[in-house]
Amino acid sequence: MRSGLVAGGLFILSILATPAFADTTLLNVSYDPTRELYRDFNAAFVAKWKQDTGETLKINQSHGGSGKQSRSVIDGLEADVVTLALAYDIDALAEHGGLVPTDWQQRLPNNSAPYTSTIVFLVRKGNPKGIKDWDDLARPGIGVITPNPKTSGGARWNYLAAWGYAAKKYGGDAGAKDFVAKVYKNVLVLDTGARGATTTFVERGQGDVLIAWENEALLALGEAGGKAFEIVAPSVSILAEPPVAVVDKIVDKRGTRKVAEAYLKYLYSPEGQEIAAKDGYRPRDATVAAKYAQKFPQLSMFTVDEAFGGWQKAQAAHFADGATFDQIYVPGR
Amino acid sequence: MRRRRHALPGFGLTLGLSLAYLALIVLIPLAALALKSATIGPLAFWHAVTAPRALAAYRVTFGCAAVAGLINLVLGPLLAWVLVRYRFPGRKLIDALVDLPFALPTAVAGITLTALYASNGWLGRWIEAAGYKVAYTPTGITVALTFVSLPFLVRSVQPVLEQLEPDIEEAAATLGAGRLTTLRKVILPMLWPAILTGFALAFARAVGEYGSVIFIAGNLPMVSEIAPLLIVAKLDAYDYAGATAIAVVLLLASFVALFLINVLQLWTVRRRSAETR
Repeated sequence: MRSGLVAGGLFILSILATPAFADTTLLNVSYDPTRELYRDFNAAFVAKWKQDTGETLKINQSHGGSGKQSRSVIDGLEADVVTLALAYDIDALAEHGGLVPTDWQQRLPNNSAPYTSTIVFLVRKGNPKGIKDWDDLARPGIGVITPNPKTSGGARWNYLAAWGYAAKKYGGDAGAKDFVAKVYKNVLVLDTGARGATTTFVERGQGDVLIAWENEALLALGEAGGKAFEIVAPSVSILAEPPVAVVDKIVDKRGTRKVAEAYLKYLYSPEGQEIAAKDGYRPRDATVAAKYAQKFPQLSMFTVDEAFGGWQKAQAAHFADGATFDQIYVPGR
Repeated sequence: MRRRRHALPGFGLTLGLSLAYLALIVLIPLAALALKSATIGPLAFWHAVTAPRALAAYRVTFGCAAVAGLINLVLGPLLAWVLVRYRFPGRKLIDALVDLPFALPTAVAGITLTALYASNGWLGRWIEAAGYKVAYTPTGITVALTFVSLPFLVRSVQPVLEQLEPDIEEAAATLGAGRLTTLRKVILPMLWPAILTGFALAFARAVGEYGSVIFIAGNLPMVSEIAPLLIVAKLDAYDYAGATAIAVVLLLASFVALFLINVLQLWTVRRRSAETR
């Protein structure tokens, strides 16, 4: 018994001691569906960093709901860089504890979003319910799967995409509210995160349509070999811009600013853009985008800034306590 | 009063240590919780804890926890009875299995149960064919809570049953009592306190349960959204005080339930000793 305890203790010690072999470590705190992207990107950057500087770098990844991840960093998780689902969650780092300056989004090109995505539909093979556009999601009898916008950053893009479409088509916010309420009445399971919703749709066979990030839909399609699902692109959708930022307070404390900044810059390089495109994100780089044009269908997209006046406003109007999303579920209103 | 000798010396020392320990581990965190929730002011607090979504979530959480507790209240002691009173091959194995819900990370339990009960799962497809739905309904929540709270009932009743000599049953039989009478008048009264304790623990555990429920619940507001999820949603909106307000309500409700059950237990014990006197 005692020797077992000693062995267990040694085992735990050995695990704790392992990361010490790398010269520098970097922690990238990211959101749910970027697992594959950063697995590939980190491998490429570690190789490049070794070549350029001779330093052995170890990059640790943390994934979870975007809001949860941001909160962990506020509460003390030492993230050198954050790569989250929406600007609002990095704004929170500026607001709570001043971990980044308030103008963080101007520090890198394209609003600090090196890759983009959009919101599309994943339907079952053959599209048995004939789902073509947002209106079909509001039809009675359609089972919709999407995560909860309160707990999932990705789900907020879904919600705003539906809202933006309806506001254009049905004349302003009143029409949009009605439409979005109809869509959410069709929701069968409201998972807490984007990955959970994909699992519910793909593995558990729930619902007729999954509202998903394009990269998540492409991934599900790739894993199932294109046999079980199809992607349907709506006529209009939102341009999702997942932003990245160096966390100033932490890189200055840990002395990792140089490598952290190089890491994020590499996302904008042709190699970084190529990896993003391979893993289902729309590249910003025109050359890489042209190469992958087949993979990403052309559709009309609006940004959060255009349609909602930025994330702070969108958050207050739609996802705050008692805002439009809550109103959908309160009976008798 | 004559001084009695105890194995541990000093009433003052042991009580002091116990209180300090309790304060450090339980009271200080709970006080911090209450203080945090008080930062929003009484009106906002009242607003947060009585919102329709919150009320619906309490109903789901307490309702499902109570049903799960009641299911285990019947089947847990039965399982304990079988384990104590009979010797059969595989008994030790079953005995060990009972504790598994304690050991299993709750998220694993949730994912496994969801895979089983979803409409394409092993069990779910038969249940669905019969016209019922378990996964993504409050029934699913109850299943998950029943799973995680089972060990409490078995483990609280088992030691009492082991102390209960089979001779007592034989005595009852020789005095002309039928099986039902023996069970009702002899065995159950002795088990009651343990059963109540087990139920209280199971209920309190189920009220706070998050990990296993979240996968199977469906999480639809007003229908299958549990109160702990509401807390997480508020935290994600950086609303720390609102989240702790809901947590305080859960805590108070659990405390009241545990307290009532303790009173009930005391009462049954008193009544029994009065009867036997």
